[in-house]
Amino acid sequence: MSEARARILSRLRAAPPSVAPDRPDWQPPRFGDQRLAKFRTMLESWRAEVHDTTAAAWPETLAALLGTKLAGKNSRTVIHAPNTVTGQTLAEAWAGRSDVPVLVPYIESVESFKTVLVQQADAGVTGTVAGIAETGTVVLWPGADEPRLMSLLPPVHVAVVAASSVRDTMADVVTEQGWKDRMPTNVVLVSGPSKTADIEQTLAFGVHGPKEFVVLVLTDA
Amino acid sequence: MAETAAASTFVERAHKVLGNTKLRGNFRRAMDGLMAKRAAQFADIAAWKSLRARGAAAKRRVLARLPELLEQLEANCTANGIKVHWAETTHEANSIVLKILQDHDARTIVKGKSMVSEEMHLNAFLQKHGIEAIESDLGEYIIQLAGEAPSHIVMPCIHKDKGEIAELFTRHIDGQPYTEDVAELTDAARRVLRSRFAAADAGLSGVNFAVAETGTLVLIENEGNGRLSTTLPPLHIAVMGIEKLVETLDDIPPLLSLLPRSATGQSITTYVNMITSPRKPGEKDGPQEVHLVLLDNGRSRVYADNQLRDTLRCIRCGACMNHCPVYARVGGHTYNAVYPGPIGKILTPQLDGIAVAGDLPHACTLCNACVEICPVNIPIADIMVRLRREAVHPSDSPAVMGAGCKHTATEAAVWAGWKKMYASPALYRMGAKMMQRFGNMMPGGMPLLKEWTSVRTRPVFAKKTLHELAKEQGYSDV
Repeated sequence: MSEARARILSRLRAAPPSVAPDRPDWQPPRFGDQRLAKFRTMLESWRAEVHDTTAAAWPETLAALLGTKLAGKNSRTVIHAPNTVTGQTLAEAWAGRSDVPVLVPYIESVESFKTVLVQQADAGVTGTVAGIAETGTVVLWPGADEPRLMSLLPPVHVAVVAASSVRDTMADVVTEQGWKDRMPTNVVLVSGPSKTADIEQTLAFGVHGPKEFVVLVLTDA
Repeated sequence: MAETAAASTFVERAHKVLGNTKLRGNFRRAMDGLMAKRAAQFADIAAWKSLRARGAAAKRRVLARLPELLEQLEANCTANGIKVHWAETTHEANSIVLKILQDHDARTIVKGKSMVSEEMHLNAFLQKHGIEAIESDLGEYIIQLAGEAPSHIVMPCIHKDKGEIAELFTRHIDGQPYTEDVAELTDAARRVLRSRFAAADAGLSGVNFAVAETGTLVLIENEGNGRLSTTLPPLHIAVMGIEKLVETLDDIPPLLSLLPRSATGQSITTYVNMITSPRKPGEKDGPQEVHLVLLDNGRSRVYADNQLRDTLRCIRCGACMNHCPVYARVGGHTYNAVYPGPIGKILTPQLDGIAVAGDLPHACTLCNACVEICPVNIPIADIMVRLRREAVHPSDSPAVMGAGCKHTATEAAVWAGWKKMYASPALYRMGAKMMQRFGNMMPGGMPLLKEWTSVRTRPVFAKKTLHELAKEQGYSDV
């Protein structure tokens, strides 16, 4: 096996050297006080739904939204991650209420939770670690408490974003949050619902992932 | 395979497809749309230039340090728990993938889109060994149903219209009524593939960028099938060419700002999926094992030549195809190669040899449209000319397999005579006089001329040479 490795590397080493050029200056765009507006416009251009709300009121905003979206569905199952701030806030706010969808915690491994995820879940609610204005993107940072598939398998994905976490560009987020020293198992940048244009360049949504992408912007967080 | 692939040479295949008005319509419409969308993304020319310079530099830096960066990537991936494999040939890569799958008793795998796996002809290989590989990218799924190869590296079924796709779905999907409604067709694919994802024993993907600094695999996509393939099954195998590296995480934002905008005119893909390790203790999902297969397949030979090395900067956006006047008219299958279009015309002869793909560098008008829009500034036209020359007049470089195989004594003699004539005023004048007197008497069907005149109007030689005309105008000593 490592014979291939040795031969490939020795061929590469035997090649004539070339000089590594410096990285020329490149200035990513700046949006100043238009940052949040840009974030919203770009997200909407991807057909995401953006709602301004607050750290205290968002579970109520979500209940009303999903009430409309999931009307007519029997189960109305929403997946949440109870050990995250987002999941905990939601669980506390919806506790004991019958006018909201059923909250199902994603706390077991996918092997036993697969059927719920693949077939039953109507929506998944996750937190985010940042928003990116330039491209209308939210950054998911899944982990032990917030599994990866809850933002992918249910037909609706709801992402909760603190307005104060929105930056101009991806470069800003990567640098400011020091990603290079702390890359987790998986980071996902999401810009809109799942889509395809493979058939005659005609846009269609929800080909594999969520058909709808809802972003709740917490203006006071 | 595609119907057009049956004929033997590029010219024969091109002639056949040029008469297919439906196919030409499909490509023209798609290419016009893609060019307009890309242009809108890079309307600010100064910003485009500085971004492209940054992207090209990032990839040139990788090539300058390739062996050490590969070792760094391997070390970091290994430390993160990703198992790294090296393959010199596509057969070796296939065998590595098969071994991993057999070790896990895997019978079915779901695939995200990967051009390297096309290069390996992995699906056919696995099928021979009793393993079913299911393409899950909608375009790839469609052409897998049709039993065809991709005709574009970003939009694999761009050659098909919805009527053809509707028929395919009706034939292959149980209970699927005929519909040309794109949303309904998409829903049908979602339904079928959802259950395949849930039942798959492994997922396979390509890699858009591998970050040496952190050992991270970056995958971009719009559909979510890439995320599913790399998250839901218990085993993930990624395959990548050894050139698909970047040095640092900081190189990712500028390259991400170039790739989707160049490819489809969107400022970013729906998903940018960054994978750094298999599932860690306590995590609820993600594959238990992640394997990375590094494929050479001729790349280290190309790397040995400082000019040809630039080919390895390619980030596979496909923009060169979208802007190529030849590609737009003949479509991807005419190239009979995994990588069609301008980049394919220079990459294929370098990977497979000039004896196999030597006609491809000639399927080009040298209009330079691809060079103008290439996001990493690859001098495609210069390399095209270099490969044309290598085919008949090999250089000392060992990088080109089959160099010189198109050399013929007749052609060499013609060029030698031409050179002599142009170097001597007396001979030149004599030659011009001869053509003036006797040129029009040469039969168009004579050997050497025939190939040219069979598709072009034969030129009529002028009654007077330029020299004579100049003299009449009063210019002397010209």
